[in-house]
Amino acid sequence: MTSAMKSASAVALALALAGQGSAADMVTEIGPGEGRLNIVAWPGYIERGETMAEFDWVTKFEQATGCMVQVKTANTSDEMVALMNEGGFDLVTASGDASLRLIAGKRVQPVNTALIPSWDTVDDRLKEAPWYVVDGVHYGVPYMWGPNVLMYNTEVFGDQPPTSWNVVFEEMTLPDGKSNKGRVQAYDGPIHIADAALYLMYHRPELGITSPYELNPDQYAAALDLLRQQRQLVGRYWHDAFIQIDDFKNEGVVASGSWPFQVNLLKSEGAPVGSVIPVEGATGWADTTMMHVDAANPNCAYMWFEHTLSSNLMSDLAVWFGANPGVPAACTDGRGMATAETCAENGFDDFEKIRFWTTPTANCSQGQDACVPYYRWVSDYIGVIGGR
Amino acid sequence: MSTPGLSAETEASRASRRGGEGLGARLSDLLWRRPALLLALLLGPPLLWLGVVYLGSLFALLAQSFFSIDEFTGQIRREFTLKTYGELLTPANLDIIRRTVQTAALVTVTAAVIAFPIAYYAARYARGRWKAVFYLGVMLPLWSSYLVKVYSWKLILAKEGILNWAFGKLGLTWALEAYLSLPGVGGNSLSTSPTGTFLVFVYVWLPFMILPIQASLERVPASMLEASGDLGARPAQTFRHVILPLAFPGVIAGSIFTFSLTLGDYIIPQIIGTSARFIGQAVYQHQGTAGNIPLAAAFAVVPIAIMGLYLWWAKRRGAFDAL
Repeated sequence: MTSAMKSASAVALALALAGQGSAADMVTEIGPGEGRLNIVAWPGYIERGETMAEFDWVTKFEQATGCMVQVKTANTSDEMVALMNEGGFDLVTASGDASLRLIAGKRVQPVNTALIPSWDTVDDRLKEAPWYVVDGVHYGVPYMWGPNVLMYNTEVFGDQPPTSWNVVFEEMTLPDGKSNKGRVQAYDGPIHIADAALYLMYHRPELGITSPYELNPDQYAAALDLLRQQRQLVGRYWHDAFIQIDDFKNEGVVASGSWPFQVNLLKSEGAPVGSVIPVEGATGWADTTMMHVDAANPNCAYMWFEHTLSSNLMSDLAVWFGANPGVPAACTDGRGMATAETCAENGFDDFEKIRFWTTPTANCSQGQDACVPYYRWVSDYIGVIGGR
Repeated sequence: MSTPGLSAETEASRASRRGGEGLGARLSDLLWRRPALLLALLLGPPLLWLGVVYLGSLFALLAQSFFSIDEFTGQIRREFTLKTYGELLTPANLDIIRRTVQTAALVTVTAAVIAFPIAYYAARYARGRWKAVFYLGVMLPLWSSYLVKVYSWKLILAKEGILNWAFGKLGLTWALEAYLSLPGVGGNSLSTSPTGTFLVFVYVWLPFMILPIQASLERVPASMLEASGDLGARPAQTFRHVILPLAFPGVIAGSIFTFSLTLGDYIIPQIIGTSARFIGQAVYQHQGTAGNIPLAAAFAVVPIAIMGLYLWWAKRRGAFDAL
């Protein structure tokens, strides 16, 4: 984690100049609510009991503050950035790859943590996280986080659950005596290159990889080679969580990188699956609620910040989404449905093993223009999946 | 006292009415005298819409393809260059284009072969209620959501799906496995093989092939077929020399649909198949997640160019003569 922090803070440093300008325009006091609040969020992140009656963390907020919540869902980080650039929204639940871009683009404003009574309850591991704190200025409030776990079929692996990502990278015979060829999956997004790099970081230290998101051309080439080898094993890459669930049920897939969301859903349907964070560690996401620089409803936004930290929101969302709350107490104090066990299952204790998602940029801790930028990740990963 | 007031009032109202009439009448006179003006007024807004919103955005897109992305910062460099087109011609991208065009061509030919007999039956033999059943049968799949159809095909083709089960019951699993082990068309299961992608494309676009063929067959006069028979042609000869040439514009019209729809689709290859990209997916990914708009635009030009060539060829074959 420390090196991830280091590398991420290098990116943060590079962006610091861009972020400084607006640091002075922070909200200094909270007035009465404006009556409405517009949020850009991931699907499933803000529920008002319409999907399932028991998952509701909006109604009470609206009753208590009079701020009527409008949610616009976005499916990718890029969509979120685009929506925030358009404007007209107050808040966004930005992942690590979007948050720094929003700060650099001056689309979000610094948050005055002194105005949020429950700020102190935020996980200490997140309080100064480099994906939203630039130059000591907080540009948001931690929301939820989670790992990309290795999901496996418990019937196939029996009493020898996998301990390494090698089951999805190297051809091998699984405990049921059959090859893993054609029975494993990988994520259908260029960011999966980081998973390969993470694997190499552990197994080929001579490459000198310090962060899976900062790869020089040699390290990058090694990661692509590993992914080409993986292509031989993968029948279809997964893109949509529900298709992956179907593939585990109907397509004979027995191991894949996945999210706790799919693991929980499959388990709830009685499917024989388990999940593990292997010895190499895992990649993951950490989301932050950020406030638009021209937010029309700043008072409601600050009330929402407090609401996310102090209500049943994070606790119920942890159960609903298979993620971890930014406030550790939400796992244990019974404010919602989550218990210590739920959080443990979602990987709460594995924070140190997780390399949180950031956008690869050319300028990295290895130097100016030393790393392969994200757009090349995209075109090369397309090539790998196409069999090149 | 009241009379002058009243008359003044009527005067005023009459004047205003006359004024209103005058304006309407003058406008109508003007339009009658200058039909070109009327035409311009009627056609202007839709043409403006088409020209500015549709063609304008298309050209804006095409212009983007002559920009390039800065290697280091990922920023778009707004200077004329052919570098992006050079990038389009890298082996990995050529693979995508070849894969897409090949599938589109194969889907089109297969759809035409399947659609022709169905359309022929509907045009020549189906009457009354059966005609209605035919239309319903062809159109019904178009009423349900495209995604629902694709997802259900995923289940049908899955390793533990109904098709595999049927092959197993028939003792033909070995045949399926032998087929799936073939390089290029096979895969882990039908749902993760190029064959699966192909089958679903054919299913989804088939109605777009049947309907134009049926329409063109309806227009082939029965008397010509009788004449052909009277002159001693065997049924195969009649088909080859009379029916097919007359119905061919319909086949081409249908093929324009199936070909271009396959060329642009980005959902089916994402759900069914090996995850190898098609043009539509490449555009989506370069534009949506990578911010590489120039390359996405260059990719978008490919189907336009291919369809341009195809339409030019189709025009020469007389596909639009009946329009």
